Amino acid sequence: MKNPYLPYPVRIQEIITETEDRNLKTFKLVFLKSEDEAAFSYIPGQFAELSVAGQGEVPIGIASSPTEKGFIMFTVNRVGKVTTYLHNMKPGDVMGVRGPLGNWYPWEEMKGKNVVIIGGGFAFTTLRSSIVWMLDPAHRGDYGDITVVYGARNPGMLLYKEELVAWERRDDITMHLTVDATDDPQWKYNVGFVPAITKEKAPSSENAYAIVCGPPIMIKFTLPVLADLGFPPERIITSLEMRMKCGIGMCGRCNIGTEYVCKDGPVFTMEKLSRLPNEY
Amino acid sequence: MLKIFVTKDNLPNLVGRLMDGATVLGPVKEGEAHRFRPLKKAADLDLSYQNSRLSPKDLVHPHSDAMFAFSLKKDDPEAGILKELPRSADKRLVLGIRPCDAKAFRLVDVNFLTDTYRDPWWEARREATVLVGLGCSRPCRSCFCTAVGTGPFDETALDVLMTELEDGYLLKAVTEKGEALLRDAPQAEAATDERMQKAEGIAEEAARKISKPFVTEPIKDKPQTELFSAEFWEEVQFACINCGTCTYLCPTCWCFDIQDEVHGEEGVRLRLWDSCMFPLFTLHGSGHNPRNQKLQRVRQRFMHKFKYYVDKYGDGPACVGCGRCVQYCPVNIDIRRVVAMMSASCVCPT
Repeated sequence: MKNPYLPYPVRIQEIITETEDRNLKTFKLVFLKSEDEAAFSYIPGQFAELSVAGQGEVPIGIASSPTEKGFIMFTVNRVGKVTTYLHNMKPGDVMGVRGPLGNWYPWEEMKGKNVVIIGGGFAFTTLRSSIVWMLDPAHRGDYGDITVVYGARNPGMLLYKEELVAWERRDDITMHLTVDATDDPQWKYNVGFVPAITKEKAPSSENAYAIVCGPPIMIKFTLPVLADLGFPPERIITSLEMRMKCGIGMCGRCNIGTEYVCKDGPVFTMEKLSRLPNEY
Repeated sequence: MLKIFVTKDNLPNLVGRLMDGATVLGPVKEGEAHRFRPLKKAADLDLSYQNSRLSPKDLVHPHSDAMFAFSLKKDDPEAGILKELPRSADKRLVLGIRPCDAKAFRLVDVNFLTDTYRDPWWEARREATVLVGLGCSRPCRSCFCTAVGTGPFDETALDVLMTELEDGYLLKAVTEKGEALLRDAPQAEAATDERMQKAEGIAEEAARKISKPFVTEPIKDKPQTELFSAEFWEEVQFACINCGTCTYLCPTCWCFDIQDEVHGEEGVRLRLWDSCMFPLFTLHGSGHNPRNQKLQRVRQRFMHKFKYYVDKYGDGPACVGCGRCVQYCPVNIDIRRVVAMMSASCVCPT
């Protein structure tokens, strides 16, 4: 068995500054060895540990989709030691990736269902992966209507702006983009918080699952809206973050009650979370 | 399984023989406390000890362990790539380990050796280590092993169980590894019926001396959310100073940190013991901390051992009743009292 702590060596192919505050950058990574790329077989919703020798590791959701070949992609918020160092790295630099880790959104269970995706701020990474994956011709037929509500503080803080616009133009996905506030006359989408826009657009809960990722405050106010729309807790899915080290359920720090977020999560249904201590 | 008897006078010869085939570690007196150390000579072994102050968990899970090495040299084409280090799998024998501390390895196996991932460092050291345990004929007042599913002569996690008799030691093989060890023991005498009866009597007497301050069964039936929000945590946590002594001494506390250490242009990725008692343990990069308060951290330690572990693995509790945390807590937080509160089954220590 491969040593689960040993990262695959990768090269940074491209770094994209996503947001106007320059705190979010997307890293496109290429495996140094092709057999590692084959071994890194992932499903939307999973994460990986990004490893920088001498700095440490950070757990980050995988933003690329398995349908995108030749690279993997992560969008990293600059908050601490490793992420700040990462933000100063350059294309061509060598680093490591360890994973894929954790569970994923319930793609098998959601087959034949409508999928409502609700995202806020920079928590849109594994949601991007999910959208790209579902829109791929190989998977699009497996799912019903796809509805997306995605919001950020202002237009400059949205991730993946070009793709959002491209999805807007498609007829096999319904996009509801929103910002908390803006004075940008070019902004032609919604203005308002994600919970309010969700309520206004009222995606049907019939035969549907909701995947909700965002800041805790957004999730807190979105859950009652989804309940009013008729989504039962077992069909509301979220993905959690925790401080992690090992990423494989061994180092002991990321538990919520009995569950390790790194291994038993990061994806949980609201029904599951309701049976766990409120400590996250 | 093979049983033999070795007189106290002949024990050093047996230890010497064992030292020929493996590194033998045993309780050695250092200052006022005992600690498991590699024996340089048979006479270093002190089986008159009650228990070591530090648990022997560091024999399998060291305080600090180099995982990988890397170079940061600009002209090194492999710079920034982590490299595996050789993992020592030298044969080792731990002599005189207490049955409770051996049981602790079993409980921690569940964490490190899973169906999906196997921790290579834990696995290599576990496989290379033979455990020759010494039954506790003189348990401490703080021992409560029988309340947590083990006991002073519990042989389930051992390869050989030793019982001290007046004039020598009865050695009983528990596993094939143990049997092989005893097969060609020098100056072995027969484990007569009389000696075996004496050993049984000693084991029974020892078990009787150990207090059973709580029952764990009621904890299983309570939802984790109910125990989590119990009011008694406020009182339990009041005196705690978050020193982490309990977690460092505990034979079943396995939590660890991973850190990179760089010297010049060379570095290593290390794993180091960590503790749920420290706020940094769970501090997010964003500044958010789900266990920012002392109460949350104290609760985590007890809930993990007596509720989360039990619910998750259908085994446990993740405590062997060695009593180290009871003896060395600087503010006298007593796990026996806490678990009694958790189970609402207070049978107070006698």
